[in-house]
Amino acid sequence: MGRTITEKILAAHSAQAELHPGQFVMARIDLMLGNDVTAPLAIEEFRNIGAERLADAARVVLVADHATPNKDIEAAQQCRLMRDFSREQGVGRFYDVGRGGIEHALLPEEGLVAPGECIIGADSHTCTYGALGAFATGVGSTDLAAAMATGECWLRVPESIKVVYRGERKEWVGGKDLILYMIGKLGVAGARYQALEFCGEAIEALGMSGRLTMCNMAIEAGAKNGIIAPDAVTEEYVRSVTDRDYTPQSSDPDAAYAQVVEIDCADIDLQVAVPPLPENSRSVRDVEETPIDQAVIGSCTNGRIEDLREAAQVLEGRSVHADVRLIVVPATRRVHLQAIREGLAEIFVEAGGALSTPTCGPCLGMHMGVLAQGERAVATTNRNFVGRMGHPESEVYLAGPAVAAASAVLGRIGGPEELP
Amino acid sequence: MSEIRGRAHVYGDNVNTDVIIPARYLTSSDADELARHCMEDIDPEFAAKLKPGDVIVAGENFGCGSSREHAPVAIKAAGISAVIAGTFARIFFRNAINIGLPALACPEAAGDIEDGDEVAVDLASGRIENVTRGRSYQAEPFPAFLREIVEAGGLVPYTRKRLAAR
Repeated sequence: MGRTITEKILAAHSAQAELHPGQFVMARIDLMLGNDVTAPLAIEEFRNIGAERLADAARVVLVADHATPNKDIEAAQQCRLMRDFSREQGVGRFYDVGRGGIEHALLPEEGLVAPGECIIGADSHTCTYGALGAFATGVGSTDLAAAMATGECWLRVPESIKVVYRGERKEWVGGKDLILYMIGKLGVAGARYQALEFCGEAIEALGMSGRLTMCNMAIEAGAKNGIIAPDAVTEEYVRSVTDRDYTPQSSDPDAAYAQVVEIDCADIDLQVAVPPLPENSRSVRDVEETPIDQAVIGSCTNGRIEDLREAAQVLEGRSVHADVRLIVVPATRRVHLQAIREGLAEIFVEAGGALSTPTCGPCLGMHMGVLAQGERAVATTNRNFVGRMGHPESEVYLAGPAVAAASAVLGRIGGPEELP
Repeated sequence: MSEIRGRAHVYGDNVNTDVIIPARYLTSSDADELARHCMEDIDPEFAAKLKPGDVIVAGENFGCGSSREHAPVAIKAAGISAVIAGTFARIFFRNAINIGLPALACPEAAGDIEDGDEVAVDLASGRIENVTRGRSYQAEPFPAFLREIVEAGGLVPYTRKRLAAR
């Protein structure tokens, strides 16, 4: 019986020659990640373990991105703890304010992810890196602590679900729409503990940015990881950011899958997921009249330059509706700089939008766009849970950049084709 | 390990880590501070009505969403002695194992136990007893690999031992 890409990567990173779904392994970790919310707890547990030095400082990445630029004194303390730890332990890859950005947009861009690698992060959206053909999964702070001390992490080998996207995407439809549509079909627990392997001609035709968006939201179907076999698009992307060697893997033709899901892109319109679960996705045309107070364009899901270009295309020459606050958050400093150079920054500010420095802030209701009671936002982020962006009685509608930008102009949820 | 026995607090499906501990409290890693805000966004009375030893009983996919370990930390520090759910989201489950919060997957118990029922759990056997209704249920046993971590008292002592053996 053949093996899946996920099984092959985990086998290559553990002492086991034969691996089967359900088996537990101690996997050698190529890269481990923490942020200003999860690293402080990991550092505390690292001390509790009694470890004095990191197993390998070169494999540790720490990013100050969640409550940064420091939103209050407590946030500042958390960041200082991470900064001091990085100095003490010689973590060269500590990305502070102004130097990095949102972790899951940052790491691929910095060339820290390559096909066939095994990556853990104390952040659920670590699954993003599967877009490059790596095994990447979210873990907890204590997992990160143990990995920092030993270089390893315990993992259960997941079964895989193959999701085949047939046909061509409709106009404006991107990675966000493909993944929201799939989560709508599978449900938020539909891929629980499993690997989601995306393939088919629509995936082959999708650029790296859209692939990162898709793998980013694998967790929203409960998956352990999302993954796309490396191809020419991957090779071109990876070679543009790093020249180090890597060992790509791909699934055997006779690999065993728990389930094969076939999706025809002709069925996929621009999607909106209504609160309070990402599985509540539907065509934007099937969303009833929904006025909004805020639109957020950014996050690890949709804060890359391609996303900002799409939003700018919709916003150019238009104005944000009088009742709406538009917040645009480039995911990294490189994206921010590029947005300035390309004139996108000017388009956002001219339209009446607020352009923020990179931060996870608004996505999880930490800062930079927290919602009041009864307020409603459309956001290119990844979760629309109760209270996710602020008050427990506020609401988040998830969508891609085109819908978020169009909605900001319309003052209600709608697609770009509705704009005058 | 002390006996697990307490009143059940029952919740539905897809209880996510954002409602278990909202992000606005994540600038602290202090367990007692986190415990004060546990479940606040779906059950504002949670911290006040809780008695040490009580158990959470929930439906499918408990702990989905964010990887924040602050969620099981808050639940444990609030005095909850075990979480029983139909199923668990994977990161929450591994976090619970790692920090020593008993997490039992048992759809039968999750569907039968009612709010306020007195529940007793025998961790070694995975037997869950509904004292109020005189019924009992069998939770899924932990795989051998996870039992080692649980028996070591969590991932910190387990890793300490592994490092010492090197």
